[in-house]
Amino acid sequence: MPLQPTIGLEVHAELSTKSKMFCSCANEFGAPPDSHTCPVCLGLPGSLPVPNRQAVESVIRTGLALGCHVAERCRFARKNYFYPDLAKNFQISQYDEPLTHDGHIDLEGEGQPVRIRIRRAHLEEDTGKNIHLSDGHTLVEYNRCGVPLMEVVTEPDFRTAEHVREYLYTLRSILQYLGVSSADMEKGQMRCEPTINWIDPDTGERTPKVEIKNLNSIKSVYEAVKYELARQKRAAAMGEEELVQETRRWDEAKLVTATMRLKETADDYMYFPEPDLAPLAPEPEWIEEIRASLPELPRARAQRLVVDYGLPAYDAGVLTETRDLADYFEAVAAAVPDAKLASNWVMGDVRAWLNQEGGDISTLPLAPTALSELVSLVAAGTINNTTAKDVFAKMIAEGKGAQEIVEAEGLAQISDTGELERLVERAIADNPKIVEDYRGGKRKAIGALVGAVMKATRGQANAGLVNKLLKKKLG
Amino acid sequence: MQLHGLSAHELAHGLAAREFSAREVVEDHLSHIKAVEDGVQAFLLTTPETACAEADAVDQARAAGEDLPPLAGVPVAHKDLFCTRGVRTTCGSRILEDFVPPYDATVVARCREARLPVLGKTNMDEFAMGSSTENSAFQVTGNPWDLERVPGGSSGGSAAAVAAGEAPFALGTDTGGSIRQPASLCGIVGMKPTYGRVSRYGVVAYASSLDQVGPFARNVTDCALLLGTIAGHDTMDATSVTDAPPDYVAEMRRGVDGLRAGLPKELFGEGIDPAVKSTILAAVDKLANLGIEIEEVEMPHVDYSLPCYYIIAPAECSSNLARYDGVRYGHRTAEPVSDIYDLFSKSRAEGFGPEVRLRIMLGTYTLSAGYYDAYYVKALKVRTLIKSDFDRAFEKYDVLLSPTSPTTAFKIGEKADDPLEMKLADICTIPVNLAGLPGMSVPCGFVEGLPVGMQIIGKPFGEPEMLRVAYGYEQAMGWERRRAAL
Repeated sequence: MPLQPTIGLEVHAELSTKSKMFCSCANEFGAPPDSHTCPVCLGLPGSLPVPNRQAVESVIRTGLALGCHVAERCRFARKNYFYPDLAKNFQISQYDEPLTHDGHIDLEGEGQPVRIRIRRAHLEEDTGKNIHLSDGHTLVEYNRCGVPLMEVVTEPDFRTAEHVREYLYTLRSILQYLGVSSADMEKGQMRCEPTINWIDPDTGERTPKVEIKNLNSIKSVYEAVKYELARQKRAAAMGEEELVQETRRWDEAKLVTATMRLKETADDYMYFPEPDLAPLAPEPEWIEEIRASLPELPRARAQRLVVDYGLPAYDAGVLTETRDLADYFEAVAAAVPDAKLASNWVMGDVRAWLNQEGGDISTLPLAPTALSELVSLVAAGTINNTTAKDVFAKMIAEGKGAQEIVEAEGLAQISDTGELERLVERAIADNPKIVEDYRGGKRKAIGALVGAVMKATRGQANAGLVNKLLKKKLG
Repeated sequence: MQLHGLSAHELAHGLAAREFSAREVVEDHLSHIKAVEDGVQAFLLTTPETACAEADAVDQARAAGEDLPPLAGVPVAHKDLFCTRGVRTTCGSRILEDFVPPYDATVVARCREARLPVLGKTNMDEFAMGSSTENSAFQVTGNPWDLERVPGGSSGGSAAAVAAGEAPFALGTDTGGSIRQPASLCGIVGMKPTYGRVSRYGVVAYASSLDQVGPFARNVTDCALLLGTIAGHDTMDATSVTDAPPDYVAEMRRGVDGLRAGLPKELFGEGIDPAVKSTILAAVDKLANLGIEIEEVEMPHVDYSLPCYYIIAPAECSSNLARYDGVRYGHRTAEPVSDIYDLFSKSRAEGFGPEVRLRIMLGTYTLSAGYYDAYYVKALKVRTLIKSDFDRAFEKYDVLLSPTSPTTAFKIGEKADDPLEMKLADICTIPVNLAGLPGMSVPCGFVEGLPVGMQIIGKPFGEPEMLRVAYGYEQAMGWERRRAAL
């Protein structure tokens, strides 16, 4: 039997809590260096950790959303290792008693559904940041030190890079829906370390496990997993390169993985129960309260959009990528007669603007009611799509309403048959060659005549009506 | 007027009655410190300016008729293990020789709120590891009863300061006996409260699951007063208990009638000096005369306390002390280094003394993969068994009685080269820490002119019963009136 790819993922997500994991310092990205520090997160002598209830709640929320079991009692453990970004030279994490465990995420898997088992989702603290200067010195910045971090570990259930990618998109949107993390890999709020090897399902023989680091986007993870699977398969088949247990670094520029450090023996972190913290025992009532407050998750919401609004599954998938985008769409769709038209606008012009500006839906200076006003004008035939695109740009630039712009600039479509008839006749008279082509069987030539009328009206003519009139006149 | 011999509660009364001022109290103690410190060497640092300033502030407040806390103006001394904002905190170690904390430990803050002027920071075994204060990187403290002898440890500086009259009371910490044993050797009262009763925030950690802050005083009343000052919930310490502490002085006065005491056989066995043992038994007889019902009790697992402690404490210590790496504060090597790990290792090798290095290595070893189950996990199981021995005993008794230390104060240098012999000094006190229980030592006589202390062990949060026994005994015997002649 051929070798089978085996991939497991460890994902770290920074929790978007008000304060840090074990102290009251603000958990805020981008503040001046070391401005959010105190004796606790700096690990000063004598300081003690006090757990953040909101962080515990975030992990329970995530665990419940992933179908995990929430431990009745669990513990924090110290992971001991020396590194300058780790203020205490140990990290408070969880070891053999995670807060939540044994859940799953179901993937579409290109038409063949796949279940990825979640081994655990636990709570720990983030480290500081080492900043390496060009003169060889290293600075350590401690704002991130002590930020609550959730680790979600899967079983080695992935068989393809596509599954890995879909999993990450799904997990990201679940975390965003739950409001527990912004989960932006580019900003380091979500980090992913895949472990990859090949196994012979018959003999149980396997290639050494390789862990990949330095992955800064979901796309990098996808590319790196694809590359690494191919590299290992080639090496196993050809025997030209010896496979070893190691950590490899993804080279974003060359699109290859390269050895970072060998793992001849397992790391020994000398874990032991954190003596400064009592065991964590979330009250059952609290867990039920959290369960009751879980929002509709992306998959369920997409299914609902298909049913409630008659959208194609593709649209529903795109619109539910983030909770805010889906909220925005539903707010627009609620006030227009044509939900598919609303979907086209949100998926088209709105997302194009967001991509161009690099922001998310919250940065769009257009309330859902403003967009539904515009979409309603299109739906009613008051303006055509081309005009609507200009109005959309003006609404953003000038902060005015759609109706206001259309009226002020006289942009309403010309649907007056008398006026259009005159323009159509002139277009026919001015373009004898095209008319000849059309009559000679080149039916597409009518487009040029429509264009001439549109030009004459600066795009305001009702294109459908012009088409109809032309066909009638040309016989 | 000689004020330094007065007890804390006598000073408090005198201050309230305006017989003398807080400034006079502080100055008298400071001049006594100057007079005897050459021999005793209890303090690593004195803080005369801030002590006088606080005394003046108390005097002014009193003159202005303001409400003041009951102990306002009574000076105190802190073990140099407590973080004191703006005041050097060394933990008796070279590695923190120049460390000035930016914050106060909760116990330090509570003493400040109680308006106690701080006389200074007292000597100790490095990072509270030791039983003689000889492991201090800076100086050797003498026992006020015989300056050639050790004061015990690790809180030897605080114990010696109180015994020598340099402070009416002081604070220390106790991880395996570091308050009770020096109290015993210095002939004063010392108490380790129940784990969780007093906040550990800002107290530099040795072994987090065992460390606890407690008072030293020359009499039981002062001990109860200082305990009441520092006890209580602290949101900064997740292991501190939330229930409010009782009024310890009121509890203390409730008498000993109807109390039952057990004598753990194992704590009177091998290794206890016969003269110490007979002194304790005489005290036990006295307690029986006072109406306390006394019986012998067996606690078989207590015999395993020492090995259990020397797995758990070094394991926690190896992790707690990992932060001293020369990166952010503390000693950094001046030698050239090849990389960051070389910097860590050279700074630590230079900064830590031999006993600390030994315990870090011991703890690192027992936490390592392949040894963890055999050592650490097993020690935790033994700890549970020891705890259940105590639980059973306390179903029947209100307190347990034993010697505090197997011997009286030994000579400086006598046990310094025999680490096992030194560790046996804590054989009676260690089980109490493992079980998280309160324990205290009260003076109960002398052997060849050296004080002997009796240990009173209580149930969880059984400090009131312990204080009743101690106070009843003190009232009957009056040992506290005998002072070291300096």
